[in-house]
Amino acid sequence: MSTGTESDFVYFLYDLATYLLNGITQGSVYALVALGYTMVYGIIKLINFAHGEFYMIGAFIGFFCIRSGMPLWMAFPCAMIGSGMVAVIIERIVYRPIRYAGRIPALITALGTSLFFQYFGQNTLGADPKAFPKVTDFENKTYQFGELFVSTNQIVIISTTFILMVFLYWLVNHTRTGKAMRATSFDKNAAELMGIDTNKIISFTFFVGASLAGAAGVLVGMYYNTVEPMMGLIPGLKAFVAAVLGGIGIIPGAVLGGLVLGIAENLVVGFWVSTYRDAIAFGILILILLLKPAGLLGKNRKEKV
Amino acid sequence: MSDPLLQIKDLHVHYGAIHAIHGINLNVQEGEIVTILGSNGAGKTTTLHTISGLLKPSSGEILFDGKPIHKMEANKIVAEGVAQSPEGRMVFPDLTISENLDMGAFLRRDKEGIEKDREYMCQLFPKLKERAKQLAGTLSGGEQQMLAIARAYMANPKLLLLDEPSLGIAPILVQAIFDAVVEINKKGTTILLVEQNAFAALKIAHRAYVLTTGEIGMEGPAKELLENEEIQKAYLGH
Repeated sequence: MSTGTESDFVYFLYDLATYLLNGITQGSVYALVALGYTMVYGIIKLINFAHGEFYMIGAFIGFFCIRSGMPLWMAFPCAMIGSGMVAVIIERIVYRPIRYAGRIPALITALGTSLFFQYFGQNTLGADPKAFPKVTDFENKTYQFGELFVSTNQIVIISTTFILMVFLYWLVNHTRTGKAMRATSFDKNAAELMGIDTNKIISFTFFVGASLAGAAGVLVGMYYNTVEPMMGLIPGLKAFVAAVLGGIGIIPGAVLGGLVLGIAENLVVGFWVSTYRDAIAFGILILILLLKPAGLLGKNRKEKV
Repeated sequence: MSDPLLQIKDLHVHYGAIHAIHGINLNVQEGEIVTILGSNGAGKTTTLHTISGLLKPSSGEILFDGKPIHKMEANKIVAEGVAQSPEGRMVFPDLTISENLDMGAFLRRDKEGIEKDREYMCQLFPKLKERAKQLAGTLSGGEQQMLAIARAYMANPKLLLLDEPSLGIAPILVQAIFDAVVEINKKGTTILLVEQNAFAALKIAHRAYVLTTGEIGMEGPAKELLENEEIQKAYLGH
């Protein structure tokens, strides 16, 4: 390996920095979606396989808002609130009636909900990808640092994700509702005995989780310039992997899992071949679960009887 | 006598196909400590959960302050003035002690009253003050029990339901906890105490009910039950 010259090594470092930057960008998106997975799991132990659809719905709401001339700073919260509200409705009419039916019926219902949104989207919006309208608030410039290129879109994705995560951290740890969420996720009956309306807290958790996914959808629409009804499928699965990787139910775990997955994928694509990208995502999942069954930040707690 | 604070009339509760409570009648007067005794599986916790609204009766009535509460959701019953310290304590392990107390006061808006009650609980259970910033999961069983009682008290209830506060706790702490219960009662909170430790419960209670497989087998002033031969044989190990 020592045949390279000094400049080869410098280029290697630039390559590495580029892949890391791409990985953090993509990992941010995985993390945003994974947060909703993990929060919903934390509170009602449901693997919500329809969660990727909230990301798609957010992307489409963003798409329609921006196409109708709305500036990004307005379209963005609209997409978040819109996908959050869809999630609240889904929880109320689909998941709540089967909440005590057991985990397998819930899982199958979630898969059904996911397929419903994918095909409903294809029917009403068409299956073909649509070009995401140009955002007028800023121009997507590229900045050059030596051989490292950073785009405005990457800066927007990473910084927006960072802001949303700080907000979520504050919400969960320092507000009355956040404490009620943590109490409810420990034990619904114990929370009810405090006077907490746990149904409201569960609705709210769906809202927050889905609005983060909706935010990710808009960011990705801007980044790849395209939206389509099936776009939630693979990122949804990857976000699930990220959530499990970090330790499902653990909020910082979702962030860590998302970043690890995004970076690992981009290193593989950069230094090896892109065809293995998805295989590597699931390979990492299997490897980590073999070594740490509860995920990176998970404690191996015994389930309460 | 004035109307009881809590009045249970011909209450029946089913757990799926199991008929757990067979038509019990029970009253608690304002200011009293009433205890429900009984062995494992007699229906003590079921009765408390039905009062709290975690379980719904199949028939019968529960009146609190004259108002029917048996169809209300658990969180609404707390707002009426009934708080429970559940069996097994169920403190929130990932929240600090101070946050656990905040949760007890979840529905309250009177900051001064909350602070006063917090002070009082920290005085009654000094450990809670020393460890306010510690996660509740790090406390010992006895300390968690104190926290569970304090947390329920923070709701400022008229009626405090205590489910097996002596369960799995060192004898020396059991005494401290029962002393605290008497203290809380003297300050004006009515208490309904469910216990397997009949001796400790009868010593502090005014009146007692004995539950046997979902029915009330015996009831009366605690002093009389303490001297009752049957009770002594069955529960006091004489």
